[in-house]
Amino acid sequence: MKNPRWNPYLVGALIGVLSILTFSIADKPIGMSTGIAQASGACALPFLGGEGVAANTYWAKKAVPTWDYGSLFVVGSFLGALLSALISGSFKITTVPGVWRERFGPSVAKRMVAAFVGGIVILYGARLADGCTSGHGISGSLQLAVSSWTFFLVMFASGIVTAFVLFRRRHA
Amino acid sequence: MQPILAFLSGTSLLWAGLLFGVVFGFLLHRGGVTEYDVIVKQFLFRDFTVLKVMFTAIVVGGVGVFILHGQELANFHIKPATMLAVILGAVLFGIGMVIYGYCPGTGVAAIGAGKLDALAGFVGMLVGGMLYAFTYDWGAAKILPVADLGKVRLPELIGLPEWLWYVALVAMAAGVFALVAKVEKGRVA
Repeated sequence: MKNPRWNPYLVGALIGVLSILTFSIADKPIGMSTGIAQASGACALPFLGGEGVAANTYWAKKAVPTWDYGSLFVVGSFLGALLSALISGSFKITTVPGVWRERFGPSVAKRMVAAFVGGIVILYGARLADGCTSGHGISGSLQLAVSSWTFFLVMFASGIVTAFVLFRRRHA
Repeated sequence: MQPILAFLSGTSLLWAGLLFGVVFGFLLHRGGVTEYDVIVKQFLFRDFTVLKVMFTAIVVGGVGVFILHGQELANFHIKPATMLAVILGAVLFGIGMVIYGYCPGTGVAAIGAGKLDALAGFVGMLVGGMLYAFTYDWGAAKILPVADLGKVRLPELIGLPEWLWYVALVAMAAGVFALVAKVEKGRVA
């Protein structure tokens, strides 16, 4: 399998340039989790019906389930990574990542359940904080927002504690 | 008074969202941050790719947007510093990020690279979004108003000149990169 990776500083600089373009051309910061919350509203439609979703304050005002700039950005991100993986010849269906396998074994079911639960927690956190690694971490930090630097530092500290609790080496 | 930047509207804005998203997803994949191992090893200080990508993006984007803002060619979009909500949310986010192994953006991109655990986590994120929507009214009444500083920027909170903050930002990033280079060199040797 070919290595598709570029120098991380180059990639970071290009994401910075992309931010400048989104701010100046579209008047939008890069962000991801609002679009996913919009998608969650769309997924609630079959259960709650159109009126049920519209009756929810959050979906009615903050994350309206519709095709707009933000929700299409999410779709684009999926397509962009797919494109990159395909043209670099590195697309591969995988289930259990290496670090996880070393620590928790090869069980696919275990990994899927953990990823599912982690997904619930991360998006709830992202919505409560009003941003994720993109919206706060990159877009908010680059504007020197107090909310975003608070998010960045606390998120990082919380991640470090979690990682060391879960993956500490027993014999180290 | 913020300048109105109506370069794009209607359908062309939608296409811009899709196109910018494609570029973002492409770059996340090229950066290697669509890998569970790369992200988790950052929190274990065994791989520094995430910090390199993020800090470079912040410095380049930050200086660029600051210059454009000075020319009235870009608006700031500051998220409110609802401190209790931001801190609680960030704590949950850090826990979730290590267990999921991706953040929302890199998770979506990782699905494109063929990672099925990222897809399972995406379904979880949809459920998380629903839970947040169902509890939003409670949070808006009890959590969001606590220690709400408003849409404030660091230069306003701590009264130093704007340009000094950007000098500090660049210097901090340079310091972090130098430190990372030293640590990486020490490990190879």
